[in-house]
Amino acid sequence: MTVDSNNVLINFNDIYRTYYMGAEVINALNGVSLEIRKNEYISIMGPSGSGKSTLMNIIGCLDTPTAGVYQFESQVVCDLTGDSIVKMNDNELAKIRNKKIGFVFQTFNLLPRATALQNVELPLIYAGIPKSERREKAMYSLEKVGLLDRATHKPSELSGGQRQRVAIARALVNSPSIILADEPTGNLDSETSKEIMEFLDELHSQNNTVILVTHEPDIAKHAARVIQILDGKIDSDIRKADLVN
Amino acid sequence: MSLYALWGHKLRAVLTTLGITIGVFTVGSVTAIIEGLNASFADQISNLGSDVFYVSRHAWFSGYDGWLKSQKYKIIDVNTAEYIYDNAEYVEATSPMIRRRANLKYKEKSMEGIEITGVNHMMPIIEGTEISEGRFFSPFDVRHRKNVVVIGENVRKEFFPNTAAVGEKISIKGHKFLIIGLFEKKGKMLFNDLDSRVQIPYLTFKKLIERDNRGATIAVKSIHPDLLAEAEDEVHNLMRINRGLHPTEDDDFAINQMNTLMDLYNQMTGFLWAVAIGIGSISLVVGGIGVMNIMLVSVAERTREIGIRKSIGATRQKILFQFLIESMVVCSIGVITGLLLATATALLIQNFTPLAAKVPANWGILGAGVVLIVGVIFGMWPANRAAKLDPIDALRY
Ligand SMILES: Nc1ncnc2c1ncn2[C@@H]1O[C@H](COP(=O)(O)OP(=O)(O)OP(=O)(O)O)[C@@H](O)[C@H]1O
Ligand SMILES: [Mg+2]
Repeated sequence: MTVDSNNVLINFNDIYRTYYMGAEVINALNGVSLEIRKNEYISIMGPSGSGKSTLMNIIGCLDTPTAGVYQFESQVVCDLTGDSIVKMNDNELAKIRNKKIGFVFQTFNLLPRATALQNVELPLIYAGIPKSERREKAMYSLEKVGLLDRATHKPSELSGGQRQRVAIARALVNSPSIILADEPTGNLDSETSKEIMEFLDELHSQNNTVILVTHEPDIAKHAARVIQILDGKIDSDIRKADLVN
Repeated sequence: MSLYALWGHKLRAVLTTLGITIGVFTVGSVTAIIEGLNASFADQISNLGSDVFYVSRHAWFSGYDGWLKSQKYKIIDVNTAEYIYDNAEYVEATSPMIRRRANLKYKEKSMEGIEITGVNHMMPIIEGTEISEGRFFSPFDVRHRKNVVVIGENVRKEFFPNTAAVGEKISIKGHKFLIIGLFEKKGKMLFNDLDSRVQIPYLTFKKLIERDNRGATIAVKSIHPDLLAEAEDEVHNLMRINRGLHPTEDDDFAINQMNTLMDLYNQMTGFLWAVAIGIGSISLVVGGIGVMNIMLVSVAERTREIGIRKSIGATRQKILFQFLIESMVVCSIGVITGLLLATATALLIQNFTPLAAKVPANWGILGAGVVLIVGVIFGMWPANRAAKLDPIDALRY
């Protein structure tokens, strides 16, 4: 298998995330090495507490590892091996979150008092994009998720599925390198879940990279690669292509 | 957009910023009063007094003891004015001033307890007054003890609302006086109404009005404001000679300047300022602590929002600014209320007291300064707390 190194989006090398709770040491991630290429569609599965969210948060630069090397698009986010510790500062991490990452959470995480449009605009505000362009992009993004007619509605005036679509529109609006969805259907009924999954499938087909955390095998099946996590370690990493082979 | 959360807490914000309101109100209304005083009083004294001084038995503002002591000195004679005028080089004009209250009458109308001043023909030069109609009295009128009078606007309004005053006769203390001139309308100087002046020749005054000789004050104008000190020195020496004082004896007279009045005025306003700034800054600190409290509550309530903002790329600085601006908005609620109250007070003072009170143009700057300083100082800690939140912890909140 030839790997075009230009195509590598994320590279984890022996990543640890350790919590110290008094005398207790918890390795939420316990030596994870992983490579994710552009335009991959990945499901992450595993029992509760196995470290899935921790993994997603570190990929998304919301959290930082306590050991290991993390490279994002060949930029070193952190290198904690050896004596020379390299770590991006807070502003650099914020910039990656803003421009390169699109988060979709189980609990939607919309600002309750802002309208759908304002919520979608927010990443563009932090990117410093001028108002007119901002509005245009946000509208376009809302149109993609089919919610243009709900632009002025507040989250409380939207259904769960609609809220998650607003969240997806917000994740997409800055044309990120990767979409990270941590149990995006966890709070939705199966019918709505299907709808959301169709969106994610479509995003992938439009050359987006998508990583998805889920407990449900049915949902995991949408992805071409399924990673099983157990006790902070990768238990298995299976590509559909491999299965076919 | 970052401010929308505030509106839900309007009432709470108003209550917590009461301290700021009180602080701004105190400083604001004192500024208004002092500005008003300056406009109506200080400017006039300094214009009027820059080259004029007054020789009298007692020193102004020397207190009761000073006054009591001066009562033992011999009185200053009206002729002293002429003596100084004839012998001093640095003096442009002098006039005696003798005052009594008397009743005025014109036909059926009368005015009671009006202050009549006996002066010589040089008084308009000294006081810098203009005659709007007719003329002031001449040396001839003074020497021949003519029954002539020059009146101010208030007397004219009362006696001659619709007819010409000059050429008419009024009676002062039962004696007929011919009105030969009108003083130009001047307005109030603090509690002293310049428009109620009534001046007659001092020799006429001595003949008809004065029963007991209580002496005079001598008004002296130097030839130039810059030579005031020289003129004072000269007059001081002349006065000692005039009063036959031995070199070892103390002065039995005093030279009073408008500066003395100015000093007193400055002392008074300085005290007002000190009180205002004292109360103002204490209230601002109390108000600032209120702002800090409301901001800490706001940060705590919106921890999750902060997490969301961070997850989509808000930097620490952006979060810091968001909360600093919010803190300034909370402050400005207090500041605006304070300024409105101070404006109302200034208008009340203007309309219902003799004091003038001006709404100063620089209130905008005062307000903006308070918003900026209090908002930033007391908002910094809560805002920094928000900025430093860990995104994961904040999202999980
Ligand atoms: N702030 C923290 N302090 C201490 N331990 C933590 C902290 N955050 C996570 N952990 C621990 O790290 C481990 C991994 O947590 P994580 O949230 O990644 O699990 P998960 O796989 O996402 O679980 P779930 O399916 O329930 O969402 C858990 O044992 C958790 O208790
Ligand atoms: Mg999780």
